[in-house]
Amino acid sequence: MLQSESITFAYDKVNQFLFPDIKLEKEEDLLILGKSGVGKTTLIQILAGLLKPQSGTLKYNGLSYHDLPSKELDLFRGKHIGMVFQRPHFVRNISILDNLLLSLYLSNNKQDKERTIDLLEKIGLADKLNCKPDELSHGEQQRVAIAMAVVKNPDLILADEPTSSLDDINCEKIITLLKEQASSTNAQLIIITHDSRLKSQFKKSITL
Amino acid sequence: MNIRRLGWRNLLSNPLNTTLSLLLMTFGVGVISLLLLLNNQIEQQLKANLKGIDMVVGAKGSPLQLILSSIYHIDNPTGNISYAEANKLSKNSLVDFTIPLSFGDSYNGFRIVGTTHQYPELYEVSLKEGRMWSKTLEVVLGSTVADVHQLKIGDTFYGTHGLVEGGHVHDDYAYEVVGILKPSYSTMDQLILTNSHSVWKVHNHETIDDDHDHANCDHNHEDDNHDPANCNHNHDHHEHANCDHDHDHHEHANCDHDHSEKVELSISEDLSIPDDAMITALLVKFKSPVGFIQLPRKVNETTSLQAAVPALEISRLTSLLGFGVKTINGIAYIIIIVSGLSIFISLYNSLKKRRYELALMRVHGASKWQLVKLVLQEGMTLSLLGAVFGVLISRLTLFFMTFLVEQKYAVSSFQFNLIEEEFWLLPIALFIGLVASLIPTIQTYNINIPKILSNA
Repeated sequence: MLQSESITFAYDKVNQFLFPDIKLEKEEDLLILGKSGVGKTTLIQILAGLLKPQSGTLKYNGLSYHDLPSKELDLFRGKHIGMVFQRPHFVRNISILDNLLLSLYLSNNKQDKERTIDLLEKIGLADKLNCKPDELSHGEQQRVAIAMAVVKNPDLILADEPTSSLDDINCEKIITLLKEQASSTNAQLIIITHDSRLKSQFKKSITL
Repeated sequence: MNIRRLGWRNLLSNPLNTTLSLLLMTFGVGVISLLLLLNNQIEQQLKANLKGIDMVVGAKGSPLQLILSSIYHIDNPTGNISYAEANKLSKNSLVDFTIPLSFGDSYNGFRIVGTTHQYPELYEVSLKEGRMWSKTLEVVLGSTVADVHQLKIGDTFYGTHGLVEGGHVHDDYAYEVVGILKPSYSTMDQLILTNSHSVWKVHNHETIDDDHDHANCDHNHEDDNHDPANCNHNHDHHEHANCDHDHDHHEHANCDHDHSEKVELSISEDLSIPDDAMITALLVKFKSPVGFIQLPRKVNETTSLQAAVPALEISRLTSLLGFGVKTINGIAYIIIIVSGLSIFISLYNSLKKRRYELALMRVHGASKWQLVKLVLQEGMTLSLLGAVFGVLISRLTLFFMTFLVEQKYAVSSFQFNLIEEEFWLLPIALFIGLVASLIPTIQTYNINIPKILSNA
């Protein structure tokens, strides 16, 4: 269960944000909508434990994870949170299979090769597992990026503008994939976007 | 997949930069290691051949030349000295023993040295086959000499006047091989040993066409000039006069056979020492270090001879060599530093490109230290590998160099194991790798993930 109360964050005197409270029950997904410049990326980074809120409380299952020591916070993030970015990014010098295994390694999970290949099969990339990320198309990269976030069975999947650069068909595909993967690993999905096409896809949404 | 493997992949996927950094480090460490090895080898060789010889007495001239010629057999002798005069030294109470050396002839570039059995004994060389010489014109070969010329026991050969090939051949007297020494990796391998009488015999016979001996053989001089054909006869007369101990009966027998050299030798011979005997140098071993203080000065001041202390001359020689070695060493260190610079630049550049990658790894749960480990590992791997390759390459180079020069100089004692000074190369290389990785590592540690992710 994720719960936030009156989180604020300021880069400087001009860029100050007060975020609406979030209360997410188990097995609920959330869509956070907002235009550019309202602090969407800031909020997702706070949720991911990459930025520390200046005030307010943020708890996951009762744990204020921002108060953890840096190393434990890194591990908490690795274990519980999967992140998907607007533009897919990878470790370029290793194959996509190795990227997924690296994600497992860094989050202290067992590097289960079979399960990882299964996952690549599910997203239709089993034949590309030894390719370097650069050798994939943008759509394929997007799918691998999602796989990289879900491979470690996170409790929360945070997606930052996953669809904004995609056409309707691909947008539909990616959202479906995200939802599928989230539900297959019992993860809660939080999508932050300005893309209002997604509004119909989610029961619960808030606007910044 | 783990940090170590990822580091390897990163290195391998940037082959040009990796190769450049590696090559520079290999080259720098290799040159230093080779110099250390060579220096070590030369010093070892120089010291090994000293064999506790404390002083060398020879004709006046350059002391270094005296040492080089009589201990290492790599320079021309300074001249001849009277055996009688030199031998007075052996009676000095500070002297443990002396070994006379007479040379001036060679066989295809290998020196024929007239001496006593004590000489090979000093070098702890034993016979591989055959026996030690017991008569005049019998020789024992150093292992390299026997190898190169495929000489066996019983073979005979003629010496050539002078120490280089192509001199006048002393074709009146043939040397007979009676023994071959085991390899000792010292100058002994390059020598043809015989007794002093062989050298005297060959030269006294030929003094007529030998300017060198003319100048030095004062006693024989007159007789030779007046009666060249009679030379041998003359020689024997001296021997008669000189023969005071155990060789009496030999001598008597010898009188009847004066002029038929080869036959004469096989029957009997005279091993007494002529008055006018000349030797090239006398190796001296002291009983105590007090000898160093007294004897060299005494010889140099009170006699017409020159005394040189090998240890002093060798340290003079190595300090001369040292300058060149230091210069090359300096250049090699600069190369190592440049390699450090190359490691730094390649890390810095790849880091700039990989900033997002590192942020991504942090998002996936990597700690700061894991990233530091990744970057540090890439720099250290390059420097460590470079150092290891350098040490290997220096050995390979030395191996081939040894292979090429082995027959000329006795540097065959090849060593593969690390020498003491080389142990420093590894920490130095690692330190350079560490310094080169320092700035990229700090950048990695302080990486601002939110900023990088927002800008992507």
